[in-house]
Amino acid sequence: MTPFKIVTSRAIPLPVENIDTDQIIPARFLKATDKKGFGDNLFRDWRYEKNGSPNDSFVLNSTKYRGQILIAGDNFGCGSSREHAAWALADYGFKVIISSFFADIFKGNALNNGMLPIQVSADFLKRIITHVEENPIAELTVNLETQTLETPVGTVDFDIDPYKKLCLINGYDDIEFLISKSDKIKAFEAQLD
Amino acid sequence: MGKTLFDKVWDAHVVDTVENGPQILYIDKHLIHEVTSPQAFNELRERNIPIARPDKIVATADHNTPTKDQHLPVKDPLSKNQLQQLSENCKENNITLYGLGHEYNGIVHVMAPELGITQPGMTIVCGDSHTSTHGAFGTIAFGIGTSQVAQVFASQCLLLKKPKSLRVNVNGKLNKGVTPKDVILYIISKIGTNAGTGYFCEYAGDVFENMSMEGRMTVCNMSIEMGARGGMIAPDQTTFDYVSGRKFAPTGKDLEAKIAYWKTLPSDVDAIFDKEYHFDAEDIAPMVTYGTNPGMGIKITEHIPEYNDASFEKSLAYMNFKKGESLIGKPINFVFIGSCTNSRIEDFRLAASYIKGKRKADNVTAWLVPGSQQVAHQIQEEGLLSIFENSGFELRQPGCSACLAMNEDKIPRDEYCVSTSNRNFEGRQGQGSRTILASPLVAAATAIEGKIIDITKHLN
Ligand code: SF4
Repeated sequence: MTPFKIVTSRAIPLPVENIDTDQIIPARFLKATDKKGFGDNLFRDWRYEKNGSPNDSFVLNSTKYRGQILIAGDNFGCGSSREHAAWALADYGFKVIISSFFADIFKGNALNNGMLPIQVSADFLKRIITHVEENPIAELTVNLETQTLETPVGTVDFDIDPYKKLCLINGYDDIEFLISKSDKIKAFEAQLD
Repeated sequence: MGKTLFDKVWDAHVVDTVENGPQILYIDKHLIHEVTSPQAFNELRERNIPIARPDKIVATADHNTPTKDQHLPVKDPLSKNQLQQLSENCKENNITLYGLGHEYNGIVHVMAPELGITQPGMTIVCGDSHTSTHGAFGTIAFGIGTSQVAQVFASQCLLLKKPKSLRVNVNGKLNKGVTPKDVILYIISKIGTNAGTGYFCEYAGDVFENMSMEGRMTVCNMSIEMGARGGMIAPDQTTFDYVSGRKFAPTGKDLEAKIAYWKTLPSDVDAIFDKEYHFDAEDIAPMVTYGTNPGMGIKITEHIPEYNDASFEKSLAYMNFKKGESLIGKPINFVFIGSCTNSRIEDFRLAASYIKGKRKADNVTAWLVPGSQQVAHQIQEEGLLSIFENSGFELRQPGCSACLAMNEDKIPRDEYCVSTSNRNFEGRQGQGSRTILASPLVAAATAIEGKIIDITKHLN
C-alpha cells in the first residue's frame, strides 16, 4: 500500500444519496480475478448511455471537474461488500472520498486500499458541494497527520481510528500485523477445544 | 451491568486488544465463494504466506453459476475462469469445496446452515454482506471485503473495533399473510437504510421467538440493508432442534455440552443496548418496495409517499413511479423467487400453497431458484415440484441467479420484477431493470395474476 500523507486536489461533486456498491461497480464486471482495471467501469451505468456512448450529463464525463477527491451524498458505499468498489475508485484515481455518512464495509475496504473516507457534517457537505459546483477549480487539502480537511468554505477536523491512521501513513496493512501476533493466536486456539 | 448476546459471543473470541486500537477477533468459520476470494488467494501467494487454517474454511460456487444445465461446461469464459480458479485454489490449499453439481452446493448462506456448519455462539465471516443471515443462530456473522478475506486466510483472525449495540423488538401477533420478509421490510422502511450503521443488531420479542429458523434467517439476512453489519437472534429450543442431526452438527455428549453453553448466550435481562426500537406486530402488513433502496417500502395497500427530495425523486424516476401512486394493479412481467433471503424450503412451501390449483399468468416469466441442491431435492420429495409444473412454473437449479444477475438470469431493461431477494438497487437484476422487493407469497400471487394484487384480500 502506498503511504498516505497529504493530498491537495480539485474535487468532483456527486451529490446523490445512498450510492450503493452496485452503482459504483455493477455485478457484471466482477468476473475478473485480479484487482486491476476496474476504474474503466466505475459508475458504469451512470457514466454511459444505453447505446454505450458517454453520458454527458454525468459528472465524471464533464470537462469542468477533475481531481483525486470525490464528494458524495449521504450513506456512500452501502450494499454489497464487494471490495471491487474500492478498487474501482482507487483505480480511477481517487484518494479521498468525502461524505456525511459511509457504510461500514465500504469504509473498511477503502482504508484497506489506501483510500481515505472523510466524514463531515451534512451541513458542511452541502456547503462544500455548492462551492465546488460553482468553482470547479477550487482546491481542497487533506492532511492525514493533522486530521484536517482544508477547503475554501472552511477547515474541519475529521476522525480516524488511530490504528488505521498509522497503517495509512506508513502504508502498512493488517496482514503483517496479524501475522506478528501469531503466538497469541496459537495460544488462543489451543484453549478452544 | 449485564451482557448482551453479542457481547458474550464477541468476548469469547477476543484474542488480544491493540492499545488504543482494534481487537483481534478469532474466526470460527470462514465461508468463501468464487467472486470475492481469487484476489485474496493471489495476495497470499504473492507474499508467500500460507493459509493458516484451511480446515476452518468451506467453499461453494454460487454467485456466478448458471441455473440451467449445470452439468454442461459453463459458457461464459470469465465465469468459467472464476469457477476454475476457485477449484484450483481450494485444491492447492486443502479447502473443502462444494462446487457446481455437488449434492451440498448452494448459496453460501443457505448451504452452511442446512449442513450444520453454522452453529450458535460462533464467529462466521464471508466475503459477502449477507453473511448476516447466520446470525439467526445466535452467531456473530458478518460480511467482509477481500482484503479481510486475505487477513483471515493468513491468521484466522480479523482486526476489528467492537460495534455498538442495537435491539429491535417486535411483539404481538402477526396478521394473516405477513411473513418474516414483511417484518424485516417493515422494520427497514421505518428506521431507514443507515439506522444500523456502526451497530450490530439483536432482534427480540415474541415475533422472533415464534419464528422458524428459516424465517429468522430471512430477517437476519436483511440486517445489512439497514446498515447493520449483522443481526442476531438468541438461540433457543427452535435453534437447537434445527441444528441437531445436521451433517456437521455436534452429536451425543458434545451436543449436550454445546447446548448447555448455547443456553447461556441470550442477553441478560439487565443488558443495556446503545439504541433500541419497538414495534407492534399488529401494525405490520404485507410489504412491497417502490424505490431503489430497501428502505423505500410500503404496505401493499399504501400509496407511494410524497417527499420533495432530489434523491427520492431520482429514485422514483428510475422506477417510473409517481408520488402518491398505489402499486396495486401494476402489470408485472417478471417474478423471481430465490436468493439467500427467500430460497429455503419454507419459502417454496409458502409459494406452492398459494399457487396450487392456479395457473401462472401468460405474461409472466417466473424464475423459481432454490437456494441449494438440498432444497431442490426437498422440493421434489415434498411434491412441490409437480404443483409448480402443473401451474406453469419452471424450477431452475440452485444459485444466486437473478438476485445479482451476474449469470445469464437478467431482468430486461425497463421491466419490473417482483423479487424475493434483498436489494432493489438500480440495475441490480440487470441493466435498467426495476426491482420490487416482496415476500414469496406476494411474489407467487403476482406470478398468478400478472400484476400486483392486495394479497390480504386473497387469503382464506
Ligand atoms: S443470493 Fe444475492 S444477496 Fe445472497 S449471496 Fe447471492 S448475490 Fe448475495
